[in-house]
Amino acid sequence: MAQFTLPKNSKVKQGKTFSVPAGAKNKKVFRVYRWEPDNGENPRLDIYEVDLEKCGPMVLDALNHIKNDIDTTLTFRRSCREGICGSCAMNIGGTNTLACTKAISDFKGDISIYPLPHMPVVKDLVPDLTHFYAQYASIKPWMQTQTPPPPDRERLQSKEDRAKIDGLYECILCACCSTGCPSYWWNSDRYLGPAILLQAYRWIIDSRDENTGERLDELEDPFRLYRCHTIMNCTNTCPKGLNPAKAIAEIKKLLVSRTM
Amino acid sequence: MATVNRPLSPHLQIYKPQLTSILSITHRGTGIFLSIGALFLSCWLLSVANGPESYQALQIHIKSWYGQVLLYAWLFSLFYHLCNGIRHLFWDIGAGLEIRTTYFSGYAVVVVSVLLTLGTLCLAGGAA
Repeated sequence: MAQFTLPKNSKVKQGKTFSVPAGAKNKKVFRVYRWEPDNGENPRLDIYEVDLEKCGPMVLDALNHIKNDIDTTLTFRRSCREGICGSCAMNIGGTNTLACTKAISDFKGDISIYPLPHMPVVKDLVPDLTHFYAQYASIKPWMQTQTPPPPDRERLQSKEDRAKIDGLYECILCACCSTGCPSYWWNSDRYLGPAILLQAYRWIIDSRDENTGERLDELEDPFRLYRCHTIMNCTNTCPKGLNPAKAIAEIKKLLVSRTM
Repeated sequence: MATVNRPLSPHLQIYKPQLTSILSITHRGTGIFLSIGALFLSCWLLSVANGPESYQALQIHIKSWYGQVLLYAWLFSLFYHLCNGIRHLFWDIGAGLEIRTTYFSGYAVVVVSVLLTLGTLCLAGGAA
């Protein structure tokens, strides 16, 4: 059921301010969500003034600079720093994106950074993605076949069939789209969300997969699939430029067309 | 590891509104408002069926400023819900789901429903 306000233990309080040393020419203010699991306090918003002369161009560079030189207690996930691992997905300036591919110069004024929305927080900018991954496992994201593979070679695919998974296989499961979807906020217990549905469609449409019928059966459910109301936050926010809303529409079309 | 006390990260409070999401919630809002309007419409018809006195009693409210505001709000809701419903039909056949087209169709729905409301306003004004 939709709850529009935050629970009592989740209300964000004002935090500390870390001022930049005087004389910094290129100052930028970062407001960063913090939560310590150990002291029983509510989350808070810390303010970091950053001298942009001292860090790289991306939001992740600023976060690294804060952690290395200003406040070592700041916690966030990061790995590849080139938009392929999906670790540094977070809410930056009001929309979800990858800190490593988002330029600081894209923002006028202060930059607010929160963890991915409507998720349990492990610490600071680190959300608990256990449920998200469990939902991913539930769609069986691997090739399922009935027939034995050809004895002399691998299962082949025409160029046209291969082209069908373009725009789908690029998904890195960063969870930006799912955690940006209001339907997923209110119904994530049962609704699979845009990321998982895009992945489901990636296997449904793969010409080599032979369990299309079962995959569609699994999705034919008022909640798992049909909580999508085409709000489009998913496609708007995808840092890889993919279109989960379109993939979900294609699944709905397949479900209708197989009954005709 | 104790996970019970984990806070929920902010969502509605911090997520930036976008044209698409605003129009989506407006679609739902106008839908709810129109179902109330359907109830009101049946009350109106009942008042007609009940004879001139009951019709007059309701007419006083309808002709008042708040009655007029409500009527035009219902009118706009009807046109908006209709136009956006057509937009949804296109989406249902998998068309117009790219970001550019959703923004274009979104603005189009707003402009067309405002024009239709104003058009009806002119017609009603001309008839009165």
